[in-house]
Amino acid sequence: MRNLWIFINRYNAFFFFIIFFCIGIILTVKNNAYQRSVTVNSTNQVVGDVYNNLNVFKKYLNLGSVNDSLAAENAKLRTEILAIKNVDTTKDVVVKDTSGIPQYQFVPARVIKNSITLRNNIITINKGKADGIVSGMPVISPVKGVVGYIHDVSEHLATIKSLLHKDTYISVSIKKNNAVGSLIWGVGNTDFRKAYIKDIPNHFKINLKDTVVTSGFSSFPAGIPVGIVSNTGIATGGNFMTIEINLLNDFSSLQYVYVIKDKFAQEQKDLEAKIPNEQ
Amino acid sequence: MNSKLIIVNIVRWFILLLTQILLLRNLSFYNLATPFVYILFLLLLPFRIPNLLLYLVAFITGLTLDAFYDTLGVHVSACIALAFVRVLFISVTVNRDNFDEPDPTLGNMGFKWFILYSSLCIITHHIVLFFLETFRLTEFSYTLLRCLLSSVFTLFIVVLIEFVFYNRKMR
Repeated sequence: MRNLWIFINRYNAFFFFIIFFCIGIILTVKNNAYQRSVTVNSTNQVVGDVYNNLNVFKKYLNLGSVNDSLAAENAKLRTEILAIKNVDTTKDVVVKDTSGIPQYQFVPARVIKNSITLRNNIITINKGKADGIVSGMPVISPVKGVVGYIHDVSEHLATIKSLLHKDTYISVSIKKNNAVGSLIWGVGNTDFRKAYIKDIPNHFKINLKDTVVTSGFSSFPAGIPVGIVSNTGIATGGNFMTIEINLLNDFSSLQYVYVIKDKFAQEQKDLEAKIPNEQ
Repeated sequence: MNSKLIIVNIVRWFILLLTQILLLRNLSFYNLATPFVYILFLLLLPFRIPNLLLYLVAFITGLTLDAFYDTLGVHVSACIALAFVRVLFISVTVNRDNFDEPDPTLGNMGFKWFILYSSLCIITHHIVLFFLETFRLTEFSYTLLRCLLSSVFTLFIVVLIEFVFYNRKMR
């Protein structure tokens, strides 16, 4: 003990140095954010590496139970997917008018029956009276293009008189010069990708690839794209010409449609009914 | 004699630390060379000072500097390292039993001895200081360059001060 004390006393400079230097280092690391972060980070790295290497081995030991739990999870997810598929995810969408009153309300609906090969094609959708659908409402496709008018409604379903129907007329205009005509289908052919615009006055100059939009004169909102002009050279021999367009809307792959509720439709109808019919 | 030594050292402590904190803290060449002249106080402590007292004084000096530099612990460690080198160097070069002179100034010990003594202490101090400040070895060469340039700068100022104030006996 005495010898130890002598030894320490003889080299006291060194021991003092060790003690004080350690205090200094501890102070540095404890009180300076940067130095602490460096220290802690490097220790974390070392610790993390050790744990990583350990985990590599642990993983193999747990493979069996992990497999089982994954299989169970898969089964659960599959059941959930089936449940979701049967739920109707379509919700109402409201389009705001600039005047603050939403004139048009879009009701999404799923097509549950569709035909394109007949002369008069009818589409059935999964929304009906319960969703506020009434006969005569316009229907458009979610991507682009018009679909037709609501023909008949039941409590939860509705039928659409598709554009591909002999009674369907939709007022359209050429976007560039607002030449108005009416869109019909099936006069000359029964190709579901093509339709005709009748009754466009002869003096309008119409080129190929002109865009055709709804005019707003029928119950469709104005400006919905309908198709692209594909042929202007159909002679009719009168003051009006007929042009052929390619429809933007693909009727063969129709999955969802929007039924458009016009808030002012009834008002407009009532107002126009007051005009005395002179014919 | 003894009380005079104490007073001289206390006055020196205040002057050097004030100079360091108020003036030299703002002095730096391209962030490469920064003088730390306050360690001149530690260099000039009397030969007969006990080791424990030397370390305590070094500790307090470092702590004061750290308080003003916002680097708690960095200057403390550097000063402690300097004190250790100082003890080693003095025990090797000077006869411990009968010191001729009270304190290791340039005038008392001669130019050669003082340059060797102060440059060793300064380099040790600066190496500890800068590496603790950087705290990583990725910028090793840059830190080392800063160390050496600062050491040269500090040594230059220390020797300059010594020549101005303590050269009477040399003549």
